Amino acid sequence: MTNNLVSVQNIAKSYDGKHPILKDINLELLAGQIVGLLGPSGAGKTTLVKCIMGMQSVDHGKIEVFDTPMPNRQVLGKIGYMAQSDALYDELTARENLIFFGNLLSVAKADLNKMIEHAAQVVNLTNDLDKPVSDYSGGMKRRLSVAIALLQSPHLLILDEPTVGIDPELRQQIWQELKQLKSENKSIIITTHVMEDAEQCDYLMLIRDGYAISQGTPSELKEKFGVDSIEEVFLSAGRDK
Amino acid sequence: MRLIALIKRVLTQMRRSPRTIGLMFIAPLFILSLMYVLLANNNTVNSYVGTYNLNHQIAENLETKHLKLSSTNSDRHIQKQMKDHNWIAFIDMSDRKNVEVTYQNSDLGKTQLVKNGLKASIMKLKSKDLVSNLKVSGQALKAQKQAILTQQKALKELAAHLPAPARAKMSKPTNKPKVTGKIVTPTDYKITSHYIYAGANATFFDQALPALVTFFVFFFVFLISGISLLSERTSGTLSRLLATPIRRSEIIFGYIIGYGIFAIIQTLLIVCFTVFVLNVHIVGNFWLVFLTNVLVAFVALTMGIFASTFAQNEFQMMQFIPLLVIPQVFFSGIIPLAGMAQWLQWIAHIMPMYYAGNTMINVITKGYLLSDVWLNLVILAAFGILFTLLNILGMRRFRQV
Repeated sequence: MTNNLVSVQNIAKSYDGKHPILKDINLELLAGQIVGLLGPSGAGKTTLVKCIMGMQSVDHGKIEVFDTPMPNRQVLGKIGYMAQSDALYDELTARENLIFFGNLLSVAKADLNKMIEHAAQVVNLTNDLDKPVSDYSGGMKRRLSVAIALLQSPHLLILDEPTVGIDPELRQQIWQELKQLKSENKSIIITTHVMEDAEQCDYLMLIRDGYAISQGTPSELKEKFGVDSIEEVFLSAGRDK
Repeated sequence: MRLIALIKRVLTQMRRSPRTIGLMFIAPLFILSLMYVLLANNNTVNSYVGTYNLNHQIAENLETKHLKLSSTNSDRHIQKQMKDHNWIAFIDMSDRKNVEVTYQNSDLGKTQLVKNGLKASIMKLKSKDLVSNLKVSGQALKAQKQAILTQQKALKELAAHLPAPARAKMSKPTNKPKVTGKIVTPTDYKITSHYIYAGANATFFDQALPALVTFFVFFFVFLISGISLLSERTSGTLSRLLATPIRRSEIIFGYIIGYGIFAIIQTLLIVCFTVFVLNVHIVGNFWLVFLTNVLVAFVALTMGIFASTFAQNEFQMMQFIPLLVIPQVFFSGIIPLAGMAQWLQWIAHIMPMYYAGNTMINVITKGYLLSDVWLNLVILAAFGILFTLLNILGMRRFRQV
C-alpha cells in the first residue's frame, strides 16, 4: 500500500463533451494531511470532490481512493462526506438523521450510540439532538452535517465548504477537531473560498475555471509569488493565467 | 439493513407530515363523498314543459311526478316563452297531426326525459288505435269466414252431382288454406326487473364509480411518490444518500416499499369507504377489487418516481399531471371504449388505467373472477416492474456504481 489515500492523475471532465469543467488535475493526498481546494464558486471544486467520490464520471484520467480505482461503492463507506448543501431530513430529529446515516454505513447498533454522542459533542449539538431539524438554525444544520461526516470516524474526510454560514467561534472549534483528526493520522480534503481556512491547510490547490492554477503548501505558495497571504497568492496566480 | 433503514425513514417522514397524510387519506374520501352527494340525486327537481294545442291523451301520458305541463295559448315567440317560464321544452301541436318540439337542451338528461316520455305516450296512443283497428278487422274477418262457409256448402252440393272419379279429385284439395282468424286480446305484460349491479335507483355515480375509485388511487399515489423523490433530489439528500455505500436499487425499493405501505393503507381505506360508507354494491370479490388497486398503486408509485426524474422542481412535476395522469381517466372506462375510434383504442392499450378501469368495472359490476381478469392484473404488474427497472437504471444519472 502506498502512502497516498487519494491519488488523482490527469483527470479531465467536461459537460456535454463541450464545456470543460476540469482540466489536467493532479492531486495526491497523504495520510495525516489536510488538503484545501481553494477557488471561487463555479471553479469546479465540488465537481472535483464528486469525481473523487466516484459520483461523477471523468472523461479521462485516473482516480484512486485507498488504492481502489473509483468509482467504487464499498469505498464510499470509508469516506466521511459533507455536501455543500445541508442534505438533512427536516422532518426527522438530529438523532434520527444520525441513526439513519449510521445505518446506511452499516455501523453496528452497539457502537452507533457511542459514535452519535461523540460526533454530537464535537459539533456542540449534544443538547439539541432530539429536536427536529426543521427547528435548527442554519449554523446548527451545518454542524449536524459535519457530525454526520464524522460519524463513523473515517480515515478520509471530504468536506465541501464546511465553514460556510458558521460563526467564527464554531469555525475554530471545527478546525480544532480537524487538527485532532489529523493527529490521528486521518486525512481531510476540504473545499473553501475562505482564505482563513486556506491558511490552516497543509497543502493547497488553487482552482479557477477548472484549472489548477497553482498548488503547494501555503508557505511554498507565498514564497513562489512573493506575497504575505494566500489571498494575494490567489490574486497573483489568477493574473498570471 | 440499509433497505430497512430507508423504509423506516420514509415512514417516519410521512408520519411527521400531517398534510401529506391528509392528502393521501382524507382527500380521496372527501372527493368521493362529494361526488356521491352531487351525482346521486336522481332528478328530483320538477321540470316544466310548455305545450300548445297538445292532444290530451298524449298530455295525460306524458305528465309525471317530475314533469309538469303547462299549456299556453300561443305558439309564437317560443324561445322567449321558454325563457320566461323556464320551460325545458315546448311541444307544439298546432296542426293536430305533427308534434313539433323545441328543447332547451342545456341539460341533456332533461331533454332525454321529455323525448322518451313523448315517444312512449305516442306509442301508447298508437297501440290503442291499433287494438281498436284489429277489433274492426276481426269483425270483418268473421263476416268473410261466414261467406266462405256458405260457398263451400254450395260447392259440396254441386260435387254430389258429378261423376265418381271427378268427385274423388275434388275431395282432395291440395293446400287447404287454414285461416286462423282468432283474435288475441292484448296481454298486459307485467315487467319485473332484476338488477345485478347497483339496483333500480342506479345513478351516474354507480356507473362511474369503479373507474373513479381506481383513478383516485392512481392520482394521489402518483403525486406523492413523485414529489417525494423529487424533493429528495432538490434538497441534496439524494446525492448525500449516494455518497454512502447504498445500492441504487435499494433506494428505489426503499421508496416503493415505504410509500407502498401508505398506498396500501390508502387503497384499503378508499375501497372500504366506498363499500361500507357509500354503500356501493360490489358484485364480485372485495379482495379482488383491493388487489387490483394495490397493483394500480404500485404502477402509480413507480410511474411517479420515473416522472420525477424528468422534473427539476415541484411545479414541473405538476406539469406531468395533464400529460400523464388526466388522459388516463378517459381510458379508464368512464367513456366506453367500444365506441372509440380504432387508433384511440390502440392508445388505450398503452395506458395502465385502461387495464385497471376495465378490471374494476368487470369485477364490481359484472362479478368477474380472478380467472377472468388475471391477464389485466399481470399487465398492470408488468407496468410496475418495467418502471421499477427504468427507475433503477435512471439512478445511474446520479452515481455510476
